[in-house]
Amino acid sequence: MVETILEVNDLHVSFPTYGGTVKAVRGVNFTLKKGETLAIVGESGCGKTVTSESIMRLTTGDIVKGAILFNGHDLATLPEKELRKIRGSDISMIFQDPMTSLNPTITIGSQLIEGITQHTHKSKSEAKEVALEMLDLVGIANPSERLKQYPHQFSGGMRQRIMIAMSLVCNPSVLIADEPTTALDVTIQAQILELFKKIQKETGVSIILITHDLGVVAQVADRIAIMYAGKVVEIGNRQEIFYRPQHPYTRGLLRSVPRIDKEEEALIPIPGTPPDLFSPPKGCPFMARCDQAMEVCDHYYPLTSHINDHHKVDCWLQDERAKKVTFATKG
Amino acid sequence: MGQREKLVEVKHLKKHFTMGKRSVLKAVDDVSFDIYKGETFGLVGESGCGKSTTGRTMIRLYDRTAGQVLFNGQDIHQLNAKEQIALTKNVQMVFQDPYASLNPRSTVAEIIAEPMDVHGLYTGKKRKPRIQELLEIVGLNRDHANRFPHEFSGGQRQRIGIARALSVDPDFIIADEPISALDVSVQAQVVNLMKQLQEERGLTYLFIAHDLSMVKHISDRIGVMYLGNIVELTSSASLYQKPLHPYTQALLSAIPIPDPDIEDKRERIILKGELPSPVNPPSGCVFRTRCPVAMAICASVKPSWTEVDDQHYVACHIFEGQQAKKTKEKIEQL
Repeated sequence: MVETILEVNDLHVSFPTYGGTVKAVRGVNFTLKKGETLAIVGESGCGKTVTSESIMRLTTGDIVKGAILFNGHDLATLPEKELRKIRGSDISMIFQDPMTSLNPTITIGSQLIEGITQHTHKSKSEAKEVALEMLDLVGIANPSERLKQYPHQFSGGMRQRIMIAMSLVCNPSVLIADEPTTALDVTIQAQILELFKKIQKETGVSIILITHDLGVVAQVADRIAIMYAGKVVEIGNRQEIFYRPQHPYTRGLLRSVPRIDKEEEALIPIPGTPPDLFSPPKGCPFMARCDQAMEVCDHYYPLTSHINDHHKVDCWLQDERAKKVTFATKG
Repeated sequence: MGQREKLVEVKHLKKHFTMGKRSVLKAVDDVSFDIYKGETFGLVGESGCGKSTTGRTMIRLYDRTAGQVLFNGQDIHQLNAKEQIALTKNVQMVFQDPYASLNPRSTVAEIIAEPMDVHGLYTGKKRKPRIQELLEIVGLNRDHANRFPHEFSGGQRQRIGIARALSVDPDFIIADEPISALDVSVQAQVVNLMKQLQEERGLTYLFIAHDLSMVKHISDRIGVMYLGNIVELTSSASLYQKPLHPYTQALLSAIPIPDPDIEDKRERIILKGELPSPVNPPSGCVFRTRCPVAMAICASVKPSWTEVDDQHYVACHIFEGQQAKKTKEKIEQL
């Protein structure tokens, strides 16, 4: 059994606003195992970013309920002072937009070294050594020269490499990457994804990858959590989610993306739009868009059904009391 | 395919922007292609390759630097102001950002009717039913006419943008990244709508996007752009089955496929480095700095268009040689 490194239990995050409370995350559960890549997939507004920000308590929303267990601490309630020790050292984060997440007025070197001196007892020159090593690891040529440069002197892909270097300087055990390649071109995306794989192999870091791109997921993820309207509606390993998806939403997602390797097939979009999270529906949030919705879906949120050891789904169709339905595209 | 009627011809189009101090950004540098009536022509490439500039120069949102854009045989860049307005009756555009391309202070009805008002179409009693008809065509509700853009989701806004473009019954629509700002499940809705409208109305599309899988899905023919040049042009099926240009090959192999078993077996061509600056593009072939099979000649001579197969064009020295060899063989056989 592989060791669990991070556990999120029944996380609820809300944003009080002028127009009411937005219940962005409504009871999310998942575990992250050592050395694996867990992808959190969903569309905009499904709560995937809020979930990831809540893990480091960077969210501006209120963590209403739930626990985030890491190394015996509950990050949801840990005092700010203690949390600062973990943030950036044990758990670090890569943001979506490499253009805005680096400070434009400070050199890359200072930004890298700051993280190291904050979290370790290394001297400035020792820190510089680590910074150089990291830049080299992420594939930046001529690192000692590059340390003296400012973010605007780097391209988008290079900046994302620097962000990755920065997140690795303290040798974290968990790396949260929020849409790390969305702002990049595909050829650069391929370079960065390759880099993630290499880093994971060399450092054994566990990665939480937030993305909406199922292709990226198929390429790098070990396990996948599908989020919809603030809930994890399906979670399982890569094979299970891609070849035996049980939630109608997951199947809908897979059908709505065109495949470059396949001949003309009509795309089947999911009709409608996600529900309003000011007043989320009482029952299953996907019901309004689901072609297999039943009476029960309107009234109760589905219980979690265990398909097998590697696969869980929140759908009434999979409940023991429902008629047996299975879906598989392979095997 | 050669017999089909050409609707748009782009001939050696160039668009250069001056960047002060006598430096010139060559956003589009000698691009030629034809678009046939009723087809969808896809233009793909990464950011900064000049695909949007090409689209915008084609309807004279930018003035060309050199070259010609013929619409129904008429050079768009030589029209006077009046003719230019008349042209927009036939050529319409759908923009990338559905949040920025709709006036937030106008109602949906005003937005959709604006092109009609400009051209004096559907006036008086016909105006309201026309607006309602357009809303229904794009899958919205006729009651939506009096609402404002902020009341709609991204996908719905893009539908409003499409309704606006359709209002004057154009022949040709330039869609500049129409789905990039949308969620995947909604992207499919908009693409299906565009396809359906094309079938019903015989529209011709120029579909500009960076997402090659979606472009392949919707297009009949595709031009692949790199740094202001089209490097390969062919039908969408042969582009995937038989990509010739090293850049096209790398681009295709970089696209992740949502199928783990295929992903595990795939071998990727990972390009080194990044896009060079279009202010100071490489000499010869623009792709040579990242090309895995670059030769000496690539640095000095710009590759010319070679028709490798029927209607499959590529600008690469590797194929120029092959073409020469083939011609030679043919001559020898004779």
